[in-house]
Amino acid sequence: MAQSEPLLLMEGITKTFPGVLALQGASLRVGRGEVHALVGQNGAGKSTMIKILTGAYRRDAGSIIFDGQAVDFQSPQQAQSQGVSTIYQEVNLVPFRSVSENIFMGREPRRFGLIDWRRMNAEASTILERFGIRVDVTQPLLQLNVAVQQMVAIARAVSFRSKLVIMDEPTSSLDEREVATLFDVIRQLKQEGVSVIFVSHRLDELYAVCDRVTIMRDGQTVDDKPMAGITKLELVARMLGKELGEVRRLGTTGFVTATHQAKQELLTAHGLQSGHKLHGVDLDVRAGEIVGLAGLLGSGRTEVARAIFGADPIDAGEIQMDGAEVVFKSPADAINAGIGFCSEDRKTEGIIPYMSVRENLTLALLPVLARNGIVARDKQQAIVEQFIKRLGIKTAGPDQKIRELSGGNQQKVLLARWLCLNPRLLILDEPTRGIDVGAKGEIQSLINELAEGGLGVLMISSELEELTEGCDRVVVLRDGQAVAELAHADLSEDAIMTAMAHGAESTTDQQVGRHGEA
Amino acid sequence: MAKLDRVAGLPQRRFALPERFRAVGQTYGALAVLLLLVLYNLVFTPSFRTLAALNLNLTQVATTVIVATGMTLVIATGGIDLSVGSLMAIAGALAPMLFSRNLPLFNIPVLGTVLAWLVPIGVAGLFGLFNGMLVTTFRIQPIIATLILYVGGRGIAQVATSGNIQNFKNPAFQVIGLARPLGIPVQVILMLVIVAIAAWVMRATIFGRYVLAIGGNEPAARLAGVPVARIKRMVYVISGLLAGLAGLIVIAINSSSDANRVGLGMELDAIAAVAVGGTPLTGGRATIGGTLIGALIIQLIRSTLLSKGVPFAVAQIVIAGIILLAVYVQRQRKV
Amino acid sequence: MATIPSSTAGSATPAAPEARIGSMLQRQGALIALVVLTCIGALRYNGFISTYNIVELLRYNAMFGLIALGMTFVIMTGGIDLSVGAVAALASVIAALLSPYGATVAVGAAVGTGLLIGLFNGWVITRFNIAPFITTLAMLLGARGAALLLAKNAAVSVDTAGGYVEIGLNGVLGIPFPVIMLLVAYVLGSIVLNYTRFGRHVLAIGGNEDAARLMGLPVDRIKLGVYALSGGLAALAGAILAALTYTGIPTEGLGWELTAIAAVVVGGTLLTGGIGSVGTTFVGVLLLGLIINMLSFENLSAYWQSVIRGVFLLLVVVLQNQLSGKRKAAA
Repeated sequence: MAQSEPLLLMEGITKTFPGVLALQGASLRVGRGEVHALVGQNGAGKSTMIKILTGAYRRDAGSIIFDGQAVDFQSPQQAQSQGVSTIYQEVNLVPFRSVSENIFMGREPRRFGLIDWRRMNAEASTILERFGIRVDVTQPLLQLNVAVQQMVAIARAVSFRSKLVIMDEPTSSLDEREVATLFDVIRQLKQEGVSVIFVSHRLDELYAVCDRVTIMRDGQTVDDKPMAGITKLELVARMLGKELGEVRRLGTTGFVTATHQAKQELLTAHGLQSGHKLHGVDLDVRAGEIVGLAGLLGSGRTEVARAIFGADPIDAGEIQMDGAEVVFKSPADAINAGIGFCSEDRKTEGIIPYMSVRENLTLALLPVLARNGIVARDKQQAIVEQFIKRLGIKTAGPDQKIRELSGGNQQKVLLARWLCLNPRLLILDEPTRGIDVGAKGEIQSLINELAEGGLGVLMISSELEELTEGCDRVVVLRDGQAVAELAHADLSEDAIMTAMAHGAESTTDQQVGRHGEA
Repeated sequence: MAKLDRVAGLPQRRFALPERFRAVGQTYGALAVLLLLVLYNLVFTPSFRTLAALNLNLTQVATTVIVATGMTLVIATGGIDLSVGSLMAIAGALAPMLFSRNLPLFNIPVLGTVLAWLVPIGVAGLFGLFNGMLVTTFRIQPIIATLILYVGGRGIAQVATSGNIQNFKNPAFQVIGLARPLGIPVQVILMLVIVAIAAWVMRATIFGRYVLAIGGNEPAARLAGVPVARIKRMVYVISGLLAGLAGLIVIAINSSSDANRVGLGMELDAIAAVAVGGTPLTGGRATIGGTLIGALIIQLIRSTLLSKGVPFAVAQIVIAGIILLAVYVQRQRKV
Repeated sequence: MATIPSSTAGSATPAAPEARIGSMLQRQGALIALVVLTCIGALRYNGFISTYNIVELLRYNAMFGLIALGMTFVIMTGGIDLSVGAVAALASVIAALLSPYGATVAVGAAVGTGLLIGLFNGWVITRFNIAPFITTLAMLLGARGAALLLAKNAAVSVDTAGGYVEIGLNGVLGIPFPVIMLLVAYVLGSIVLNYTRFGRHVLAIGGNEDAARLMGLPVDRIKLGVYALSGGLAALAGAILAALTYTGIPTEGLGWELTAIAAVVVGGTLLTGGIGSVGTTFVGVLLLGLIINMLSFENLSAYWQSVIRGVFLLLVVVLQNQLSGKRKAAA
């Protein structure tokens, strides 16, 4: 990695959207065969930068030099044909079509004008085997797990003889082992001289695989350093634009590390079984404590939450509230019993995009607000205003459509949707995923505050820091079973990871797990 | 829309300004077009200025608006109801069979007439419930679920009547299509009342918000405790009930019921009115007032062209263009 | 997956056998029903399996078959074409009006008009981004209006001297032309779907349009293609209609679009796009046609047709949904 001519040099990139200056003279320099991290808070301009590079957006000013040539890609397709491929966060392939079709879509090998299926399948297999992946390439993509789908996307990109592969949060839906596989592939690419731009919110991953890092803030490039030359805390500080000491003092999450005064038993679940996802989960939550729910993707975390909340049917097991058995046939029943559930995916299961902040915030409260089916507007308005103020929701007003809000503010509205019900138990599924660092801290301290006020919280999280700093106890799931419960005193990132990977008692039976978690 | 609020007797509300503009803006374009059409006709079509012409236009549009109101609710949940025309035929076929056969109960003067109205409407509502069950319990796509009754429903009406036209003269029953209290055709009054109630329901009640929430994001609505299946069944029932009412109005006006013709093509007229009115077919948003305006625009264009001696066929082509244009313009505004 | 070492991360668990049977049933449900109905018919009615009856069945259903084929392609992209019935009516009028100039001119003009209308549909859908449902609904009204206008609100007689009616009467080896057209169209359709880029890309667009765009597929051009195909085939059906009835009928074809959609759905093509097959649509068309054919043997009033079609549609759709629901759960 001599300081020879870089593969990619973007300089002075400026881009305005109506009313917003998205990029202001930003730059990005990626060397040949280099894995380059691109980090910044949401709204810092990372994705605008990438979209300008791939031709999805037009730039207002600045220059792009790629492989020694000034380039101006008109579309992602053109960028791809010139050697710049992009792997998106959500797998952008066609699920019903076969693996080989997905790799060759658009340039299928043909004989006499007709598609040569045999050759296509053979070549697809060869490409995948380079990455150590052996699958039946004739099966539909949707039958593979997300990690392999991600690999297929990469295989497709590489088969275009790409010189630069951009990965936009490729690990957000992968579990730890899958991430390891992905990193193997990235190292393989690097060996072959291919450069990678790696966008991720997970700091550990950056240190594991990247050579250099470019840090962006407020539409500008604020730093470009070797990964080894910057500590995690420095990195966060640069992203936030804060002093190092400030970050250190606050910690990286908004939680205050202190156990809460746990009160009486609130919810007990015993032997929960549901479909082929849950095979017996026990857990309990007391009033005023935060219980963490940890586990790898596919371990059944979300399914536990949904089963408790009545969103999925329970095949066996029982749930007690205040010591009495309850059966929730639908979320409405659970809500009536004082439970709230903030789902993982804001877009598909949280917000109603075209409804206003007011209607989104009070959606679950409507039965309380209404008399004879007619909604009391004054009461509704008062509650909405109260929560906008209390949670510091940044909005033009209660009538603004929720889709126009930032991710963090949307999440606050969704939290308010449940808080305005005065719930006794709040289930939070990845409450801070995809939210920028500032809003993240605010939401975390809010959760903390609520627990101190006597609310029972069951929090699912993939972020170990969130679990160790925020929770009084952590229940670890593996293959649909609760395999460990770690008390606050025993909480550490290592302990959680060990339990997620191997279970608590034995660390040697790692091959005994149940298969078939598709 | 402001006018509709007053009809419903709603108090004026505090709106944030931009939102108010946008909400009104959705139907503003359509409203402006409607006003232009009315103005044009007032100036250039002498016959239009008579009360009779007004009544004629409103009479012709009333059944479409009544059906389109139910359709708006269905579309707002992200669904569609192709069966409305067939349900009109079923209600229309059933009513004469009830009142002209001297059946017990139906031969009692007032009660019999009321039953002859309510029973067919109720039956249409039950068929609507059938649609709703298919959509919710069996999770069949609305377009397919209602296609079943579109195909089979008219057949049921035809089989019941052996395909014969039922002619009748029953002044009491025909009040629903022929009465003119204060000179206003009764179906026009029915139309306005139904539109006003529906507009109020969408704005003021839980039901209205639930309908929009389901159309906007169904999984999210369910997790927020919205009784998704029940609300969906209700909108299909409402659509069925309104289609039944429209069927009765049609046969009352004609003094005859022809299962082959009653409500034929109504599903497309109603959907066109909804689309021109500014309700997107993707669900999550709805404007009942817009649907009324949309239906009126289509009606006025048709009658204006016909009164100018333009052939019916050409009028059809123009209306096709208007539908596309309206949807395109509203698409732009939304972005 | 958590416990599977990364080197074999790609090995997918094989589907359970019940799921496989279910998926077979789902895919072949219509075929099984067709076989069962044929057996019942063969046992119950004299002359059911006669050449005459089979040819008549095919000839009568050639029009629906052609329309359903075009509809299959449109639906596979995730779209819909409601204008096919009106386009067929318009084409029948055009063919009848031009029948004095010979069959080639008449059919050519009719089909050409259909292609143009289809292209226009596709252009509006792709260029202005208006939903196919609305676009083709407007075209339904427009094409119907044009048909009435050209026909001056009355049926147009076909010139029997021009040789046009031969299309309906004659054929090769006793197989009428409409049936030949139907069979050729389906064979070609099947090859196009399975062995050409166009066919595969149609499925890709219906499966995930955004991805298809990012993969560099010419999405708009392919959509133009499917709507043109649908318009052209609908017009061909209209030309056949004129030949069979000796008239161009501007009011014919009411509700054909929904019948065609029903045949496609009965065949098992997903209405949301991305999955579909030409062969199963053919089965769907035959199945719906066979039901009417059997009714004529039963001497039931024609009005029962639509009731029984509706019931049949209900059964197939409910069954398919139950099966696919199970399959999804097992995946």
